[in-house]
Amino acid sequence: MMYTFPNKLRNLAFAFMAVGFIGLVYGFLSAPTTIEEAKAIVAANHGEGHGTSHDTPSDHAEESAHSNETSHDTDAAHSQDDSHNSGHTDSHDAEHDEHIFHQLTNKPWAALYVAAFFFFMISLGVLAFYAIQRAAQAGWSPVLYRVMESITAYLLPGGIIVLVILALSGMHMNHLFIWMDPEVVAHDKLIAGKTGFLNVPFFLIRAVIFLSGWSLYRYFSRKFSLAQDLADDISNHKKNFRISAAFLVFYIVTESIMSWDWIMSIDPHWFSTLFGWYVFASMFVSGITAIALITIYLKSKGYLEFVNDSHIHDLGKFMFGISVFWTYLWFSQFMLIWYSNIPEEVTYFITRIEDYNLPFFGMLVMNFIFPLLILMNSDYKRINYFMVMAGIVIILGHYMDVFNMIMPSAVGDQWFIGSAEIGGFLFFLGLFIFVVFKEMTKAPLLAKGDPYMGESERFHY
Amino acid sequence: MSDKVVHALYDDDDVLLSAVKIIRSEKHHIEEVYTPFPVHGLDKAMGLEETRIAIMAFIYGCIGLCVAVAMMNFIMIDDWPQNIGGKPSFSYLENMPAFVPIMFEMTVFFAAHLMVITFYMRSKLWPFKKAENPNPLTTDDKFLVEIGVHDNEKELEKLLKKSGAIDVSIIEKSE
Repeated sequence: MMYTFPNKLRNLAFAFMAVGFIGLVYGFLSAPTTIEEAKAIVAANHGEGHGTSHDTPSDHAEESAHSNETSHDTDAAHSQDDSHNSGHTDSHDAEHDEHIFHQLTNKPWAALYVAAFFFFMISLGVLAFYAIQRAAQAGWSPVLYRVMESITAYLLPGGIIVLVILALSGMHMNHLFIWMDPEVVAHDKLIAGKTGFLNVPFFLIRAVIFLSGWSLYRYFSRKFSLAQDLADDISNHKKNFRISAAFLVFYIVTESIMSWDWIMSIDPHWFSTLFGWYVFASMFVSGITAIALITIYLKSKGYLEFVNDSHIHDLGKFMFGISVFWTYLWFSQFMLIWYSNIPEEVTYFITRIEDYNLPFFGMLVMNFIFPLLILMNSDYKRINYFMVMAGIVIILGHYMDVFNMIMPSAVGDQWFIGSAEIGGFLFFLGLFIFVVFKEMTKAPLLAKGDPYMGESERFHY
Repeated sequence: MSDKVVHALYDDDDVLLSAVKIIRSEKHHIEEVYTPFPVHGLDKAMGLEETRIAIMAFIYGCIGLCVAVAMMNFIMIDDWPQNIGGKPSFSYLENMPAFVPIMFEMTVFFAAHLMVITFYMRSKLWPFKKAENPNPLTTDDKFLVEIGVHDNEKELEKLLKKSGAIDVSIIEKSE
């Protein structure tokens, strides 16, 4: 049965995009263009002049920790390097104001980037899940292949948007990546030592290679999958198996490097060796949740009659399991850094706990405790209401996760969920819905040529 | 009630599963099924009550978590506070991340061990207990269905043969 894109959903997607676009434009327009404007904004927010939270002891500890490790000259653009433990001098005030100014100009860019990356990450996570099903020759999931293929259609447009944002950063349109600023590098020994890897041309070349590799796999896998529908042998299926196995090898390496490049390098002094895995867990669980939500939505509209509640149950198990896996990695990263308490590492979590307390611990509740308690019961995984509720919380929780990865380094304590953040989320949500459901109409919802289709349709728990 | 039972032997789990469904649809009461390995879906086919081991596992896990919290609080905070890595042990909450692995392990330990013990008690198993299975073939590759006889041997025998049993015998239970 072919899917038709209902006008209501299409209009909803356009409405999301329109509202989101307005939110983003407003966010960009309301960002300060001069230091005076920035001062006025901060004064209006705090009511008592700039930077109240900058007077907390821990913040100074963090700053002094930084001044020990870097040969800091005056470097206003750097987010944590304002070296001034000795009270408020005039030059400090000026530096501080410029610092705030940069954070506030970064804010709409960061909001745009978080949302663009988050929805791109969902489709990349689904692509990895899809490749695993193919490479493992899974018997339960072929009924969901067309849903997964539709979600991965967003990979290329979403990836290009992320790439454009990265290229604009490389052209100094914003200060998301401070290592792109030669002024900063000149005064920062640590970043200077990393320029062999962290330089704009190589950074963009890597991004293009990653994105084209993933897109090529997606293109051929979809092609073979469609060809298999009409074929009378299983040669297309076998080809798909082979390229999926190869893709997974390529993916796990490039995904790691991508996570260092696109996220970890926003905070170029900090590093974590399991960051790639951590980002992977986040995109994997968001992707699986997106599959479950879209499948349940399509079923509620009368499509996908061959998907039974055992398939939903299995998706629920994956959502539950990968949520726990994400928490395991989150905690592994947190505990080692918390326990060793090395200044250059622990600043990462100090910023998040001091300035981002609610989103930081809130996402832990949304991504771990809530799915743990809701999805633990076997029967609940078969009840759409519970699955949708858990799914929406997981999706929002992992948006907060990306928010927590990017915002603290980009805007410091100047964050709030404002028009740019909500607008960015809605805009890319609309685009995501539009691209995914558009792709859904292009092929039958049942990949009928798949040799495991019979097993998948009979699948029961 | 008579002590006579019918033992029907099967040599395939799929045949067994369909046979169990046939026998139950003919309103015969299956006393027990002996299998060499767990047969997927057999509990549902036999109409057994849902296991409550899952809810017990959750409760046992919670007990384990509480024991771990109490234990670590006593050992590391109350009884002998130490300063480890510049983190003096004056508050459980502030030192909590260090105790998470122990809390996790104790949760798993309690859930796993108490579940096994519960399962043994519930199935009336203990060390050196005499095996209950009536036919040693069920420890190899055969499946045995035991049905109580109420003066309907002939009818039962016919039904069982039809359902694919390779052997049907009537046994006088000596107890």
